[in-house]
Amino acid sequence: MELVQMQKSLQDYTKSLFLEGVLDSQFLQLQQLQDESNPDFVSQVVTLFFQDSDRILNDLSLSLDQQVVDFKKVDPHVHQLKGSSSSIGAQRVKNACVVFRTFCEQQNVEGCHRCLQQVKQEYYLVKNRLETLFKLEQQIVASGGVIPAMELGF
Amino acid sequence: MNSGSCSSLMDVGYDHHHHHGHEELHVLAVDDNLIDRKLVEKLLKISSCKVTTAENAIRALEYLGLGDQNQHIDTLANNDLKVNLIITDYCMPGMTGFELLKKVKQESSYLKEVPVVIMSSENIPTRINKCLASGAQMFMQKPLKLSDVEKLKCHLMNCRS
Repeated sequence: MELVQMQKSLQDYTKSLFLEGVLDSQFLQLQQLQDESNPDFVSQVVTLFFQDSDRILNDLSLSLDQQVVDFKKVDPHVHQLKGSSSSIGAQRVKNACVVFRTFCEQQNVEGCHRCLQQVKQEYYLVKNRLETLFKLEQQIVASGGVIPAMELGF
Repeated sequence: MNSGSCSSLMDVGYDHHHHHGHEELHVLAVDDNLIDRKLVEKLLKISSCKVTTAENAIRALEYLGLGDQNQHIDTLANNDLKVNLIITDYCMPGMTGFELLKKVKQESSYLKEVPVVIMSSENIPTRINKCLASGAQMFMQKPLKLSDVEKLKCHLMNCRS
């Protein structure tokens, strides 16, 4: 595939993630922080996010599976995940966490279980999308090209 | 709670590329969220600040020489470690950012005059007012953007001159 074609594919793909609400403008903020001295900043932070979130989701599953659910344990985890997803621009994960917290407040175990499923779904979605995005970027770089700057006018 | 290795309680970052003739701002950034710590560190470094991060308020107090056992780091006398700004998350397990703010403001040393900025993902007016009333320089909404840090720097530089 030609370099120009790859670059266009990347732009279109990224744009679709914004249009679907999977990512929000905070992701663009992350990209703005990347430069020649730190060309992998975004993927580094996102990788940290994946590692952290995997751990949190695991802890949440365990906590919710207890006979007696300790909401004092559950809520801080959701708060943490809400924070980090918000910081990288993973909008739908963040929104799912917001809903999750209201069920925590109500101490609604059923509701929390449903929310956890929703959060997981959104998380796996954004994870999958971002991994694809990074692969597209790598292909461009491997072909000697540069990552095109994201156009904001859409 | 995460427990990192004993040797790495906090990171000290120094950006050699951005050393200007005048004094660089040395910022102590406190946040229990790893991703947020990375982000605030990067935002500050890109804005030509020297950055030290701490994962909770206790570590932050220890770094400032205000630890429980009066753990005085020998090099604290060295100007290099003087902190010009503390930026802290509000919601942290154990001691909150608000409690950290109050502890710093209670000091009789230079620390009393160090601006403390509180960050929070939640926009709660009573929380904001409480922080400002207790001496917080500013309240910032998370997630932080580059423009927020630029505004903060301008504000602080103006205050210092």
